[in-house]
Amino acid sequence: MKYFHLIWAALFRRKTRTILTLVSIAAAFLLFGMLDAVRISFDQAGKSANGAQRLQTGSKLSFIETLPQGLGEKIATVPGVKSVAYANWFGGAYQDPHNQVFTFAVSDNYIDQYPEVQVTDDARKTFANTRIGILVGDKLLEKYHWKIGDQIPLQSNIFPQQDGSKNWTFQIVGALHPTDQSVAFYGQIILMHWKYFDDAVMKGYNNGRVGWFVTRVKDVNQADQVAKAIDALSANSDHETRTQTEAAATASWMKQLADIGLIVGSIMGAVFFTLLLLTGNTMMQAVRERTSELAVLKTLGFSDRSVLAMVLAESVLLVVLGGVIGIALAAILIPGVSAGSGGFLNLPTVGANSWLLGIGLMLAIGLVVGTIPAWRAMRLNIVDALAGR
Amino acid sequence: MTFLFNSVVVLLLIVVLAAWVQLPWYGVLALAVVFAAWMALSRRGRQAASVTGVGISTLRQRSGSSSVVVIGIAGVVGVLVALLAMGEGYSETLRKTGSEDTAIVLRGGSASEVSSVLSNDNIEVIEQAAGVAHDKQGKPIASGEIVVAANLPVKGGAAGEEGSVQVRGVGEQALVLRPNLKIVAGRMFRPGMRELVVGQGAQRQFAGLQPGHEVKLGTQTWSVVGVFASGDAYDSEIWADANVIADTYRRGSSRTSVFVKLADAKALDTFKAALASDPRLQVDVDTTINYFSKQSEGMSKVMRIMGITVGSIMAIGAIFGALNTMFAAVAARAREIATLRAIGFRGVPVVVAVMLETMMLALLGGIVGGLLAWLIFNGWTASTLATGTTGQLAFTFKVTPALLWEGLKWALAIGFVGGLFPALRAARLPVTTALREL
Repeated sequence: MKYFHLIWAALFRRKTRTILTLVSIAAAFLLFGMLDAVRISFDQAGKSANGAQRLQTGSKLSFIETLPQGLGEKIATVPGVKSVAYANWFGGAYQDPHNQVFTFAVSDNYIDQYPEVQVTDDARKTFANTRIGILVGDKLLEKYHWKIGDQIPLQSNIFPQQDGSKNWTFQIVGALHPTDQSVAFYGQIILMHWKYFDDAVMKGYNNGRVGWFVTRVKDVNQADQVAKAIDALSANSDHETRTQTEAAATASWMKQLADIGLIVGSIMGAVFFTLLLLTGNTMMQAVRERTSELAVLKTLGFSDRSVLAMVLAESVLLVVLGGVIGIALAAILIPGVSAGSGGFLNLPTVGANSWLLGIGLMLAIGLVVGTIPAWRAMRLNIVDALAGR
Repeated sequence: MTFLFNSVVVLLLIVVLAAWVQLPWYGVLALAVVFAAWMALSRRGRQAASVTGVGISTLRQRSGSSSVVVIGIAGVVGVLVALLAMGEGYSETLRKTGSEDTAIVLRGGSASEVSSVLSNDNIEVIEQAAGVAHDKQGKPIASGEIVVAANLPVKGGAAGEEGSVQVRGVGEQALVLRPNLKIVAGRMFRPGMRELVVGQGAQRQFAGLQPGHEVKLGTQTWSVVGVFASGDAYDSEIWADANVIADTYRRGSSRTSVFVKLADAKALDTFKAALASDPRLQVDVDTTINYFSKQSEGMSKVMRIMGITVGSIMAIGAIFGALNTMFAAVAARAREIATLRAIGFRGVPVVVAVMLETMMLALLGGIVGGLLAWLIFNGWTASTLATGTTGQLAFTFKVTPALLWEGLKWALAIGFVGGLFPALRAARLPVTTALREL
């Protein structure tokens, strides 16, 4: 540590070069920070303590098939089940049929299954008393500048009302505030009453059916047994079910969407390979330029080993400095990116894990890059170096 | 003063880059020809050529630092081209699905096939409408189809891991409507039987889809009897008889969509008008090629934005890497450049020489990066849950010449920016100071 100012001075001996290199390193780690956030947002979806308590039951045949609502009462009697809620896909769109807004028609207790999605007591009370009431995700409210109390028209891609019209009118009675990254999705959706939906939809279109059940279990450790017991209820019927934990269900969707891990991994591989060369080149230049100075240091009595350590420290410091700037920049930019994507991407801010991984990478790259120059500096022969040979 | 000069340079740079992005290939060619003519014919140009020659002849001594420019830019171009090739492959798969002379009819306001429902009565009306082509027996060439989804075990996945595949129940005329779709193994399903033919993309992705095998859709057992290939989005589907599918999925006599062959290229308007004027129907009509192209729009835009964002951030890193290298190169040759200027070479040839050298390195990097992207990723198979379908859509990365060209343009732009400032410094350094250095 006592050599710190010496290392610092050596680093900024050529200001332009160091700053240019720092910007390159910062750009690489900015990308790392952002891509890691993407990876984590895919990884984390559905993984939380609350999520582990929830089971999702859907038709075994495929996700577009429906189940009879009465199955819910049977599920409630399965040992280990705390509560059962159900929901149906409504297929909402706002203004333009292609402008889809995720809308679910849900049972009255649906929101109870998601304690990490906050809804004010007032909003819940009004929701319970308003037939055409809907709860809207906070991000969605922002996006369309809707206010609580507004009446909004929604088109359904699938369901006509009794009069044949597919234009539905709803009243916004409250907001959904997801408080955890794993349920961030609830900031982007609309919940309506399933009962109203089933009553108002044209005869023959729904017939009291639901898309999926959300079950909370009493004990997380029994989740698998409960899931099996739920599926056993409808075995060999015309509506066989498939029950998964929320985490497993979400992970399966994410995996089908894209192999994000592979994409992020290959990009970062290319970036860090390039970065190694670039920083390596800078360090080589720096040591080559300072040959005589290093020789002077050795003449003054610095041991070979401390010269080695100083050059290594310099290269690590360079990478860490640039890397920290890059990740910090990512932390600043990510909220903007999430907002700018219009809700498509919902990125978490740079978390402790990303920082740790990033700093680990910085140290590793710094050491790899510094090895050859440091070795050279250590092996430097004082007489040759001072003579400029 | 220096600050003012630098800001003017930066402003000009932005203008030049904006123009560069817009420039088509023949514009670039014209620019190259004009530049070559200038170098060959004018006095200044010949000076520039000779200074460049000196610079390039010393490149070998600086191979380490020069390779930083090449590899840095190769990295940017490689990643950019690979990401754009993903988007290109995806939209290409959907874009070549369908044709100009077939139309798809969906219930009005449906965003995609799966959210549409057409009753049997509707379908009969649609088939009889004006503009529909008829076969030799005088039957309209139309196929009422039903699109649903099925969960199947994923190939190479963990036990119990299932993916969603789009299942299409088709009528007798389905193959007539899609002439590019061929059965490549086994045979077509027999009407009324629980038999499946699977697309080769679906076969690659899901386990147990070989002819002769049996798979379970829900509670029922189906036998796979054939494999088909079409080279487009249908490759990711599995097909069966529409009536049997409707039965399995409890859809009665309703269907999700109707495909019809149009009598001729102009018949779309006739067909559209006929359906629009029929009070019994409330439907949307489009050519199949339009319908599938539209499905790709949202996703390919997202993929493109992702590619350009990642590319831009990497490009910033590469620009600074190039700046570093070229500043070092100019510093190393400061005395040589000052000597040239002392004996009468003007600023322009020096600027041109340094920039030309950087841009050549950049071009080399661009070629290497594009080549790598092409070698590694062209033909790579990936899949995603496509919008508007209920199953995974398999597609292959397409590294097209247009994408390679775009990559080269990026490379040259990076080289341009990375070379400009060192070149200006070389030309503006006072001769006396430079000669005294070292």
